[in-house]
Amino acid sequence: MSTLTEPALAAVPAAGAAGIVELTYRDAINAALRDSMTDDARVLLMGEDVGADGGVFKTNSGLIEDFGPARIRNTPICENAFVGVALGMSLVGLRPVVEIMFADFLPTAGDAIVNQLPKYRFMSGGQCSVPVTIRVIGGGTGQFGTQHSATYESWFGHLPGLRVATAATPGSAYSLLRAAIAHDNPVIVYEHKALYGRKGPVTRGEVAEIGKAQVLRTGSDVTILASMLMVERSLAAAETLAAEGIAAEVIDLRWVRPIDLPTIRASVARTGRLVVAEEQVHAGGWGATVISELTMGGVAWRSAPRRVSLPDDYPVPYSPPLETLIVPSAAGITAAARSAVGR
Amino acid sequence: MSLREPDADTRRSWFSTMLRIRAFEDRIQELFMSGAIGGTTHLCQGQEAVSVGSIGAMEPGDVQTNTYRGHGEALALGMAPETAFAELMGKATGGSGGVGGSMHLIDFSKGNIGANAIVGAGMPIALGAAVGFQMQQRPNVALSFFGDGAINIGTFHEALNMASLWQAPVVFIITNNLYGEYSPIGSTTSGGPDLARRADPYGMPGVSVDGQDIDVVHAAVSAAVERARGGGGPSLLEMKTYRYRGHSRSDPAKYRPAGELEAWKERDPIDILGRRLAADGILSAEDQVGLRAAIQAEIDGAAERATAAPYPTLEETSSYVYAD
Repeated sequence: MSTLTEPALAAVPAAGAAGIVELTYRDAINAALRDSMTDDARVLLMGEDVGADGGVFKTNSGLIEDFGPARIRNTPICENAFVGVALGMSLVGLRPVVEIMFADFLPTAGDAIVNQLPKYRFMSGGQCSVPVTIRVIGGGTGQFGTQHSATYESWFGHLPGLRVATAATPGSAYSLLRAAIAHDNPVIVYEHKALYGRKGPVTRGEVAEIGKAQVLRTGSDVTILASMLMVERSLAAAETLAAEGIAAEVIDLRWVRPIDLPTIRASVARTGRLVVAEEQVHAGGWGATVISELTMGGVAWRSAPRRVSLPDDYPVPYSPPLETLIVPSAAGITAAARSAVGR
Repeated sequence: MSLREPDADTRRSWFSTMLRIRAFEDRIQELFMSGAIGGTTHLCQGQEAVSVGSIGAMEPGDVQTNTYRGHGEALALGMAPETAFAELMGKATGGSGGVGGSMHLIDFSKGNIGANAIVGAGMPIALGAAVGFQMQQRPNVALSFFGDGAINIGTFHEALNMASLWQAPVVFIITNNLYGEYSPIGSTTSGGPDLARRADPYGMPGVSVDGQDIDVVHAAVSAAVERARGGGGPSLLEMKTYRYRGHSRSDPAKYRPAGELEAWKERDPIDILGRRLAADGILSAEDQVGLRAAIQAEIDGAAERATAAPYPTLEETSSYVYAD
């Protein structure tokens, strides 16, 4: 995938530079790490190969040079233990950011993420807080094969005590990561590896509101709710639909836990139609939860909600035409929206 | 703490604390068997010297993690028996407000930063605290208590590797009570009986210790703690000890060979220290009888007050989920 081999932009504007800058998604993450570490000496980054040569996805360029190997801490390959180490660090006053190279590796840290981070404050009766951020790189379309292409973004949406964010744009990549690092509870922030080369406006210093979705395009005929790579594909679908006279509203979910039901409900109250676009299996995911919650809440559907998602019974494959077929496309989202409005 | 010999007052207080742990655990056993407390519990009678002797090597600001068999460490760190009883009863006055239970006696104010119900999970957490101390240039040390069964899980090896790599101020303490749940150690663990040898591949000191003799335990842990505090890096200590009860409430421990329990009780850690204190003229046998009675009365009162305490509500415990 070309975006993975592009060199990182050498010059990210200095921390503290106010206002809006145009950055790649990759450099937005770099800027969020840099600004957080500059503002707060308790923040550190740790994980596999985080220091050398800017990290595997070049999100960390220049950080080890500027912050040193103690704060840009290379770890052995042992996800479960180094997430536990991050938890221990947070208990004595640090604010670690852990990088998990592929979302498919999250299960190797399963105990730390499922049993430790979200429950630690609770089982102590509120004696501690656990300010740990986990950056996870997920998603397909890169021909990374079946064990390097997952998102699993809804898996950890089932855990009280945890927050889960997904970044679709450079602006979100920056502000969500800043929010996670500033938050006193454990947060998983998803990055999508197909998006690292995308450029967009970033407001340096912006800290996203926890649990707030973002309406990226307004429209009155159908609501399209998406995360990460599916957001830009939904925006492309909305362009196609507009040419056909269908006005689609596109919402970037941003938070899998908590889901911003008020924003989604307000949109669907106007459109009466919904397409959820997910790069994961639909069953048990955020799309199903949103449809369920809206229905139970009495939304007056003008047509049945639609879903575009990974297949129910087929993992992400390696072969390029197969992968292209199974990861939801702009054309697939367009077709679902057309169907929802009865075209 | 320096490597100075513990004074008479210190050893007297060890004796009291061991008696308190024993009486607490015995009462818990009764309360569970009578149905007064539900769920499960994991008792540590027989292991008191490990908990008390090790914790006696900690200084203010030091921390430790322990396990679901952690009542001994919690009480040795100064949790009031009433608070511990209340936690086991799920009462609002428990250390975790009643939401934690038997496996989570935690008190951050006393350096008890975790009691974990997942085997092996506490080691990386203690290591993280130790690395945090190192990064903040705080002169503190983290201890991690875990059982012999935990040395076969990945986190043990992962944590020892990182601890050695980073020369972190952490002391790993294996409480080797010879059984991992229901299985004798020889049936689950390779490499021979001295578990301290597991330190060798990670390039750190590994010492096997008589876990029934609190003076020996304290000296060994103090040396490891001082080494860590002085920048000398991590250590692995194996405490050879025994649990008098089964793995958990429902385990009568029928898998143990006949006579094994009785043989270990011949080397009961409380009796060993008691005899020595009497011989050294620190606490006479007569005074020990009086002390046992006083501690039993303390435990009786604590259990009664915990029994009378209210249960928590969802409202008052909901703030435990998220900070702010």
